[in-house]
Amino acid sequence: MPLIRTPNIPDPDGFYEALIHAQRDLSEEQADMLLAKLVLILANQVGERAVLDEALALARANTLS
Amino acid sequence: MLKTYTFPEYAYQQSPEQRAGQVLRHPVVIIGAGPVGLTAALDCAARGLRVLLLDDNNSVSQGSRAVCYAKRTLEIWQRLGLGAALAEQGVRWQVGKVFFRDELAYQFDLLPQAQHRMPAMINLQQYHLEEALVRACQAEPLIDLRWKHKLVALAQRPEGLALQVETPDGRFALEADYLLACDGAGSDTRRMLGLDFQGQVFQDRFLIADVIMKADFPTERWFWFDPPFHPGQSVLLHKQCDGVWRIDFQLGREADPAEEKKPEKVIPRIQAMLGPDVEFELEWVSVYQFACRRLQQFRHGRVLFVGDSAHQVSPFGARGANSGVQDADNLAWKLKAVLDGRAPQALLDSYHAERAAAADENILNSTRSTDFISPKSRASLRLRNAVLELAKTEAFARPLVNSGRLSMPTHYAGSPLNTPDEDVFDSAMRPGSPCLDAPAGEGGWLLERLGQGFTLLAFGALPPQDLAPALVVGSDLADSAGLIAERYDGRPGTVYLIRPDQHVAARWRGFDAAKVAAALRRCLGQP
Repeated sequence: MPLIRTPNIPDPDGFYEALIHAQRDLSEEQADMLLAKLVLILANQVGERAVLDEALALARANTLS
Repeated sequence: MLKTYTFPEYAYQQSPEQRAGQVLRHPVVIIGAGPVGLTAALDCAARGLRVLLLDDNNSVSQGSRAVCYAKRTLEIWQRLGLGAALAEQGVRWQVGKVFFRDELAYQFDLLPQAQHRMPAMINLQQYHLEEALVRACQAEPLIDLRWKHKLVALAQRPEGLALQVETPDGRFALEADYLLACDGAGSDTRRMLGLDFQGQVFQDRFLIADVIMKADFPTERWFWFDPPFHPGQSVLLHKQCDGVWRIDFQLGREADPAEEKKPEKVIPRIQAMLGPDVEFELEWVSVYQFACRRLQQFRHGRVLFVGDSAHQVSPFGARGANSGVQDADNLAWKLKAVLDGRAPQALLDSYHAERAAAADENILNSTRSTDFISPKSRASLRLRNAVLELAKTEAFARPLVNSGRLSMPTHYAGSPLNTPDEDVFDSAMRPGSPCLDAPAGEGGWLLERLGQGFTLLAFGALPPQDLAPALVVGSDLADSAGLIAERYDGRPGTVYLIRPDQHVAARWRGFDAAKVAAALRRCLGQP
């Protein structure tokens, strides 16, 4: 399965709120750690190496552009 | 005094009751002649109630107030005879652009759903709106609109309300069956009852400038995150009537309001935004903070809080004035039913149930927008900026971009007035939903045909009945485009019971007089 690049999260506003809310009462360093751990948790969930490589490439290209 | 607008001055007149020292009883007293109080007065009068509308000032509102009015609000004003004229007077817009730093991140189109009478959104200065509403109130014999009348005391008794009102001629007493507090965020009525808000006050300050521009900008809503001309903050640009534009600068938490309001501070900000060649003049400048909060209860006995006196939101999403007008729409028919003795007083509790749910929805949306626009931590800021950078090329990130979720009417899904569905429908017009409009033949529209009371909207002939006036699609009104049947999933035999505020009360796949009667009783709060 290729990387999904179209909207795929029902209730995007609710999800984003939960994502921000997850960092409540954390220090900046803890919040950084939370986001890094979240990446690893989700990567494990995806599992498929080709999809992960595509996601990595997209994140890198988007950041360098 | 504005360059593009002269404020009307309405005449104070001493009332005969004050002159005579007579204590009169009024069925409905409304405090505050802003957009919400004026609409509530018109809606009560349209339903046949006599209204006393008091305002402590004698003009329309000054300063940078509400701007955007949504379709549902225009539909309510159209029911009151004003929507088409306001839609004509206002600026119509549908394209919104979101910029991140110096690039376009995302663009949306509030495509008007085809075949609705009213546009998705109009922009109109609040003083223009109020002036039109005042004119309509003054032309309505059931409304007694009195300027320079300030409520100074209020006592609740089981049999009614005792009020003290101050005018340039001193104080006088009057009595009321019901009082609608439409006196805004700083409501004196709320203070008199000792009530507090629950919710969140945001520390960020915003500069609002209303500016007359000579330049021809497109009629679009432009929102910038972290633009080069105002780094680290957000900016919103919106068009109003008479060549006036609303510009909203986020200033952050440390800004000094008195300093920021000074023209020598404001003009360079705007210049940096518009470029050196654009000519403009300042019309009005203010600095504000906002809150997302509400009263725990909107009904306190015979006193009902309506609009900003009951709930406040951030400005992102235009949910303040719009929700206030929708409060009035919800309340007027219930007051009429109670005052006529057709419904118990408890029906007024459903005003709280339905409109507090709406306020919660508005507060939720507005809080989420505020958190996206003004992130509270470094990690939140980083996530926000990542969304904006991704949105340029990645469709998946665009639904996460939140520069305000524009006002939509609330479906009263959990309302005690709803009769739950027994049948299966393929339509969003569920019990509690606001009715969608549709063309009804010969230039007419469904909503204007629904009338002021309960209506049975039937797809197929009904047997003789006297429960509610019937509107049979195909004979009483045409469905030339087939859109009424489509929007209401109107297979033959389908019947909708529509409330006086044009929300769905119940629906069935066939007419059953006993079920309709039960749904009517439930919707009137009868045991």
